[in-house]
Amino acid sequence: MSPRPASGWTVARAVAWRSIHNFLSNPAFLAPGILFPLFFFVSFAGGLSAIGDVPGFGFPSGYTAFQFVFVLLQSAAFGGVFTGFGIARDFETGFARRYLLAASSRGGIVAGYTLAALARAAITWAVLTAVALVAGMQVDGGGLDVFGLYALAVAVNLAATMWAAGVAMRVRSIQGGPLMQFPVFLVLFLAPVYVPLDLLSGWIHTVASVNPATALLESGRGFISGQPELVALAFGCGLALAALFALWARGGLRRAEAAG
Amino acid sequence: MSGGARTQVGQLARRSVLRTLRQPAQIAPALVFPLFLLAVNTGGLKDATNLPGFPTDSYLTFALAVPFMQGALFSVMNSGTDLARDIETGFLNRLALTPLRGAALLSGLLAGSVVLGLIQAATYLAVGLIAGADLAAGAGGALVIVALSVTITVAFGTIGLFAALRTGSGEAVQGLFPLFFVVLFLSSMALPLDLLQTEWFHDIAAANPVSYLLGAFRSLLIEGWELDELALGFGIALAILAIGMVAASSALRTRLVRT
Repeated sequence: MSPRPASGWTVARAVAWRSIHNFLSNPAFLAPGILFPLFFFVSFAGGLSAIGDVPGFGFPSGYTAFQFVFVLLQSAAFGGVFTGFGIARDFETGFARRYLLAASSRGGIVAGYTLAALARAAITWAVLTAVALVAGMQVDGGGLDVFGLYALAVAVNLAATMWAAGVAMRVRSIQGGPLMQFPVFLVLFLAPVYVPLDLLSGWIHTVASVNPATALLESGRGFISGQPELVALAFGCGLALAALFALWARGGLRRAEAAG
Repeated sequence: MSGGARTQVGQLARRSVLRTLRQPAQIAPALVFPLFLLAVNTGGLKDATNLPGFPTDSYLTFALAVPFMQGALFSVMNSGTDLARDIETGFLNRLALTPLRGAALLSGLLAGSVVLGLIQAATYLAVGLIAGADLAAGAGGALVIVALSVTITVAFGTIGLFAALRTGSGEAVQGLFPLFFVVLFLSSMALPLDLLQTEWFHDIAAANPVSYLLGAFRSLLIEGWELDELALGFGIALAILAIGMVAASSALRTRLVRT
């Protein structure tokens, strides 16, 4: 009697476990994901705190909380990008091809990587939040607001993972790393990173006004200050991006399957 | 310098320059990435000029100093990665069989950094001025900016050579990038030292040599000819260059003995 094929969930759990084990047991994979957001947080919140005194800034929870939201969403996005690096590495070493041969549900492979990306981001968020609170970050939002903030981060992580997975499965080499990383970096930094949207002017205001990352950032900052705004737009953008990039990732999986 | 040494340096310099110019993947990020950050930071931090005590009403002029430093960071990566590749492919071992002198090898390898430094400095300055930055020191100041930029680029390049000779691995050299990025960010990169309110950050930035290298560029862009700040900037750059060369020479001797 032939063994029963594994379900998609079983495949996802196995892929996730291996990916999580890989980055937890190798400091070279774990450290950048944790240290980079911490470094950005320290640099921005520490080095730019005077920006909070600029006329018209007026963010009620202070500059540390203002920057925390950016770094939280950035770490969510880069949790996905770093997982994309892992997928590319699996293709380079041939391990991903073994996945494709062994898994009855290939969608489960992508789901597994997605779970690993979320676990990776969650570890970073825990460290980042602890450091921010120790540094005296003011959180004026209630429990539901804080939940909303982290839910936004989950949506960003999901979208970034799908984007990076789509690239990784098309390029199937770590040389595709800049292609995974640079657009994410670009979109994040073309949002109101240092000051609210109202204080931006010129071309960057125009670009930031149509950048979906702006809605995510402004909504996240609304949550942490206890004055939620643009909630529907932010979740709409986050989930729409995740859905769009899920299609991109599915296309990448088809390409990888076709490549054999 | 004797004729033989001149020939040795010349041959290696030619190779280093050609290798740099033939790799757009080395040149393009070193030009595009700093200019992208300049554009984003200038747009995002424009209102910082409204802070009492900010030295200029143009954030672009203030921020224009930063690409020169970021460009120098790329020099660490490029010079180090090139040498690491020579070590990994065995080219350095073959050079060791020739009468080549260590100092000639290191000087020749830095020629690529000099060329890259010139291209970077001219591009950053031209783009900055076209975008509307001020240059208080005038045309002479532009030449000094280019000279300072090339000096810093070469000085940082020696650190890349040292890292390559110590580790023999391109991947290890690439791993230095985040470290240098941290050093750049923990300086007066975004705001003047006087306006850094967070005490520990101010203390770190005040002790960070990068703040004074940035200060030398800014003196020419914002104030004009401030000889103290220029002397400090060139002094720090030359000190890094001297320390880097001594460290790289020592690492080269160790590596050649090992091989």
